[in-house]
Amino acid sequence: MTLPGQQEQKLSMDTFLEGLWRQNPTFVMVLGMCPTLAVTVSAVNALTMGLATTIVLVFSCWLISLLRKLVPKEVRIATYIVIIATFVTAVDYLIQAVSLALYDALGAFIQLIVVNCIILGRAEAHASKHPPLVALTNALGMGAGFTIGLFALGAVREILGSGSLFGLSLFGADFQPWVVMILPPGGFFVLGAWLLLFAWWKRRKGGRALIAEGQHHGA
Amino acid sequence: MTAQVPVVEATPTTSMIKTLGIVATVCGLIIVGAYQGTYSAVAANKKIAIERAVFKVIPGSKNISEFYAMPNGIAPAAGETPPGAVKFYAAYDANDRLTGVAAEAGAKGYADVVRILYGYSQDCRCIIGIGVVSMRETPGIGDKILTDRQFLANFTALDVKLNADLSALANAVKTVKHGTKSHAWEVEAISGATVTSKAVGKGINDSAQSLLPKLVPQIEKLRSRQS
Repeated sequence: MTLPGQQEQKLSMDTFLEGLWRQNPTFVMVLGMCPTLAVTVSAVNALTMGLATTIVLVFSCWLISLLRKLVPKEVRIATYIVIIATFVTAVDYLIQAVSLALYDALGAFIQLIVVNCIILGRAEAHASKHPPLVALTNALGMGAGFTIGLFALGAVREILGSGSLFGLSLFGADFQPWVVMILPPGGFFVLGAWLLLFAWWKRRKGGRALIAEGQHHGA
Repeated sequence: MTAQVPVVEATPTTSMIKTLGIVATVCGLIIVGAYQGTYSAVAANKKIAIERAVFKVIPGSKNISEFYAMPNGIAPAAGETPPGAVKFYAAYDANDRLTGVAAEAGAKGYADVVRILYGYSQDCRCIIGIGVVSMRETPGIGDKILTDRQFLANFTALDVKLNADLSALANAVKTVKHGTKSHAWEVEAISGATVTSKAVGKGINDSAQSLLPKLVPQIEKLRSRQS
């Protein structure tokens, strides 16, 4: 279903890069916070959750885009949810087949991908209005952006909270882990620190651009 | 002049039902395909996970068999658990001789139910090892039950003998404060993680009280592995 006045986006590098940086789901749109805060106690958990979400995102957006002209707008949300739930179920089985330990570590958060607002948001705002290849590329970028976001949290929390990365000890036996980092408040602390860093960087970049503009006008 | 209101054509009901029907069918096929495609790998993973857990709590084991202990005897596990039955794993060495029996136990800990697997040896009538199946206890505090050597030493020979008429444990397994253990059936708690330690003790006691009176009178039948 293409809404009147809506232009179909052409495939470009920006279709993919949008999700990585300019509209990063974690650090810019601040979406999908439930898994972001809950499962990022280790780098492996974060990467698995990011990959699982990416798989669901890519396949759902591709199928939704493929069916976009067939789905009446009255039943579109029901259709999207059924499609998303289908791919979540498939990914759920896939993770159980790969590693039960990972499956147990991620717990209910795999099933909760169904209600992850990044996926329904992408389906509604992008996939339902663009051709399959564009929708798929954009979903891949968004998924990669989300995975990077989760990894940024998971890696910092594991390094500080357990003194290791990917299970490999970094600081030796004398290191006293900051246990709070792998407890729920740690998720908020690390996310807050990352958001602060990006906000500072953006402001600095904005300030530089302003100075450059001022110099340009003054010249 | 009145403004023209654009006429929006109503979507026919049959078209909506048809779309939902087609989408549901396609999705159904994908789900069944994924289930069938991963079934054998998931089953193999589950088997490996159980074997690893049992081998850890009963050293020297090479094979396991699943059984139900029921008030009227022991039966190989298959299908749904019958009412009143307790599931357990009999572990065997390379020569198919019984090395011990493992069963799951669980009790409410600090955050959630702490589920453990314990190994029982008929030779000493004691528990010879425990492993954690799942828990959500506080990292650095409650999860010390996995690593605290002094705590794990409780389970190298924890007395779970039955009473004279084989109807219950002769002495209930009890968790006591750190430094006050005086009997072989007591579990010495980790200082600072008493709630989780108590959950382990209570879980073992509840499970052993229910399993061992059904199992021990029949254990001779399990001495060698039947394939």
